Amino acid sequence: MSETQFDIIVIGGGPGGYVAAIRAAQLGMKACVVERENLGGVCLNWGCIPTKALLRAAELRHSIDEMKDFGISVGEVSINLGKVVKRSRKVAERLSMGVKHLLKKNKVTVIEGAAKIGPKAGALRVVNVTGSGASQTSLQAKHVIIATGARARALPGIEADGKTILTYREAMVPADMPKSIVIIGSGAIGSEFASFYHDMGVKVTLVEAMDRILPVEDAEISEIAQKAFVKRGIEVLTSVRLASLKSTGKGVTATFEGDQAPVTADRAILAVGISGNSENLGLETTKVKVERGHIVTNQWAATDEAGIYAIGDVTGPPWLAHKASHEGILCVEKIAGLDSAHPIGDGAVPGCTYCRPQVASVGLTEEAAKAAGHKVKVGRFPFIGNGKAIAMGDDQGLIKTIFDQKTGELLGAHMVGPEVTELIQGYAIARTLEATEAELMQTIFPHPTLSEAMHESVLDAYDRAIHM
Amino acid sequence: MSIEIKMPALSPTMETGTLGKWNVKVGDEVRSGDVIAEIETDKATMEVEAVDEGVIAVIAIEAGSENVPVGAVIAVLAEEGEDAATITAPLAAPATPASAAPAPQAPQAPQASEAASTPVAASAPAPAASTPAPAVGQSRGERVFATPLARRIAHDAGLDIAGVTGSGPYGRILRHDVETALASGSSLSSGSGQQMGVMTGVMAAVQGASELVPNSQMRKTIAARLQQSKQEAPHFYLTVDCEIDVLLAARKSMNELAPDGVKISVNDLVIRAAAMALMKVPEANASWEGDNTRLFSHADISMAVAIDGGLITPVIWAAEQKGLAEISAVSRDLATRARDGKLDPSEYTGGSFTISNLGMFGVREFAAVINPPQGAILAVGAGEQRPVVKDGALAVATVMTVTLSADHRAVDGAVGARWLQAFKGFVENPVTMLL
Repeated sequence: MSETQFDIIVIGGGPGGYVAAIRAAQLGMKACVVERENLGGVCLNWGCIPTKALLRAAELRHSIDEMKDFGISVGEVSINLGKVVKRSRKVAERLSMGVKHLLKKNKVTVIEGAAKIGPKAGALRVVNVTGSGASQTSLQAKHVIIATGARARALPGIEADGKTILTYREAMVPADMPKSIVIIGSGAIGSEFASFYHDMGVKVTLVEAMDRILPVEDAEISEIAQKAFVKRGIEVLTSVRLASLKSTGKGVTATFEGDQAPVTADRAILAVGISGNSENLGLETTKVKVERGHIVTNQWAATDEAGIYAIGDVTGPPWLAHKASHEGILCVEKIAGLDSAHPIGDGAVPGCTYCRPQVASVGLTEEAAKAAGHKVKVGRFPFIGNGKAIAMGDDQGLIKTIFDQKTGELLGAHMVGPEVTELIQGYAIARTLEATEAELMQTIFPHPTLSEAMHESVLDAYDRAIHM
Repeated sequence: MSIEIKMPALSPTMETGTLGKWNVKVGDEVRSGDVIAEIETDKATMEVEAVDEGVIAVIAIEAGSENVPVGAVIAVLAEEGEDAATITAPLAAPATPASAAPAPQAPQAPQASEAASTPVAASAPAPAASTPAPAVGQSRGERVFATPLARRIAHDAGLDIAGVTGSGPYGRILRHDVETALASGSSLSSGSGQQMGVMTGVMAAVQGASELVPNSQMRKTIAARLQQSKQEAPHFYLTVDCEIDVLLAARKSMNELAPDGVKISVNDLVIRAAAMALMKVPEANASWEGDNTRLFSHADISMAVAIDGGLITPVIWAAEQKGLAEISAVSRDLATRARDGKLDPSEYTGGSFTISNLGMFGVREFAAVINPPQGAILAVGAGEQRPVVKDGALAVATVMTVTLSADHRAVDGAVGARWLQAFKGFVENPVTMLL
């Protein structure tokens, strides 16, 4: 180990950490990433990316069912689950290698091991790394960014054994397909697994404590997604609180508060949120504040201890890779003193859920907008009025836009339906550019595209929709 | 051939103006020299004369349009024998007036009164620029980079977005910047409670309890220049009392002996005394220019004149070389034409020192804001009978209190004091100012 002094040490090589390190290197800083497991973090290895590979397999499987509507006959269909999972892992590996290459290309030092923040040494901060075989390395840097991410939140009294009671991690590498599965929690993770397992032919029961699935989404969007789930045959239980979840050896039994009957299934997935990896970092010797597992930071990702920063999932919701990456960049740019650095604005982080139908949103829900005191104008446009969606045979869903009546600010956009996860960036850009309804109306949306529905939704907010 | 009539530049620094009024309409025949329109700049209203003869075929810019760029086609003239009806507005008229405001009313001369005939006025002198006027934000026809939302919020709050500092890429003005400006209240172009409501969420208690009045170019220029002055020029203030009984007596006898039409005012004497004091203490006749201090060789006295919707400071050039009769005639002419909005820009730009007189309003004393880039301004109060102590006994004298505001960067306290001493000397011994 030749180099031990850096300008910036990033603890954690996930989408927050590696991006922060590359940006630091771009700005001429000597950067180091300490990673205890896989470069790319959960996102790339155990989250966003491999699940998208699985969902693509499920989507292809589903599309075969629709072939006859298009006049295409298909012979007998079979699924080789081993291959489906293997492909997903290969995708993850390929991207992890890609991150390794990017860091090397940017001359970022990568050190394998678990980092612990040590004392200050003059103007520098000591970071001790325990590598494989308990090897010790002591590093020093002026700035330390904690980007250690998060893990599945456990529920008290429930042990995820990884065999019958799974977290996302086991759920994405099934050795065989169960006949039935009960999924606790209907956020993005729970809903995506519900969609995947159902398309793979598993009987799915989705349990949500709130009154609707995808509870952070706009109520109307949740409702549409929920109806689509139910129509597909997913059993959805809302306003149901889990009382117990027990492994019975060859299956699980979930019991609930109130009069909801127990559910038995071959397996269960716990998807009730995540908690920050803030332990074992040596934070107790610093002024860094940790609240309920999450590190407290200001708008520049700085903690209460000078020279120590935290980004991404370890700092709390929304637990999204793109938020972590963005925080990494703004944190490093602020450290470098760049004027162009801006804190993340309220509601600026878009969210995407890749279940079928897809759900995507940015900004405030209608409810939140009203609660914040806005007088709103709401536009709605269903995909049933969109030519491309009809041609594609995927015409279910809605685009909802919410404007401030006074200023024309696009307060929020909420979508459910075909490819909406790819569409949402249009509204995200509009929000960043601080467009009002006028600019969105003036923009020419190409025909025939799904994006025309985005235009129509804006028009509808001002009673000007054409195709409705 | 049709002839395009373009937005004229009324001064070398003018980039945009407001098309105040059309004196002609489509179909009117005009001759060379006819006044066809009035242009409102940041400082004055000017007449536009037709250069050619013909029939007005097209009026391309409506009356009341603001920010019309210099050179934009404002009308098209059909020449003799040409059918006016076949002429259409130029396709790519460079003019993109930001918004159509109500046509400004021609400044009306205040009622003739003692006060009105005295060329004096408010505490805040209007622009006089020996250097090009500093940009008011970037409002002078330069493109202002701002997000649509920022523009709309600023517009709704009556905020001139050009005065907002942008924090976005390449200085782009973001919604946050506008909200910050509104919260600080610094750039509000009018101070009604409504705007604060934007920030605080508190709506104005009574609907219609205030109204938004669009600011004229002049208003905006006054605001920007005086704000700049107070922000940049470290002001200090020196006050003295001047006994003017002798001066009043001198004025009386002068006016009795003067030919018809000559009537010297107290203010004329004050101008003369100030000019002479500037000659006696030339260090006070200075302007701060960063790396240099400009020392003026003449006493170019700007006099603040209140006009409709603001004020203006026409200049009495080289006042030290002018006799009282000439000062009187020049100042009266400038004041009259200032109120009529008929000053040429060259008549109110420049100047080395300003006098602002509120004496006719009974103001005893006040401190004026320096007229940048000048180094000092004299605020003149009312001449009134006050008890004074003379030779250890109480007596009555007519006393006029004057306050000098000086830019400490260019004029030090002792210099200002010496100037005031000289001024007081001339005022109290008026014979000396005639020398």
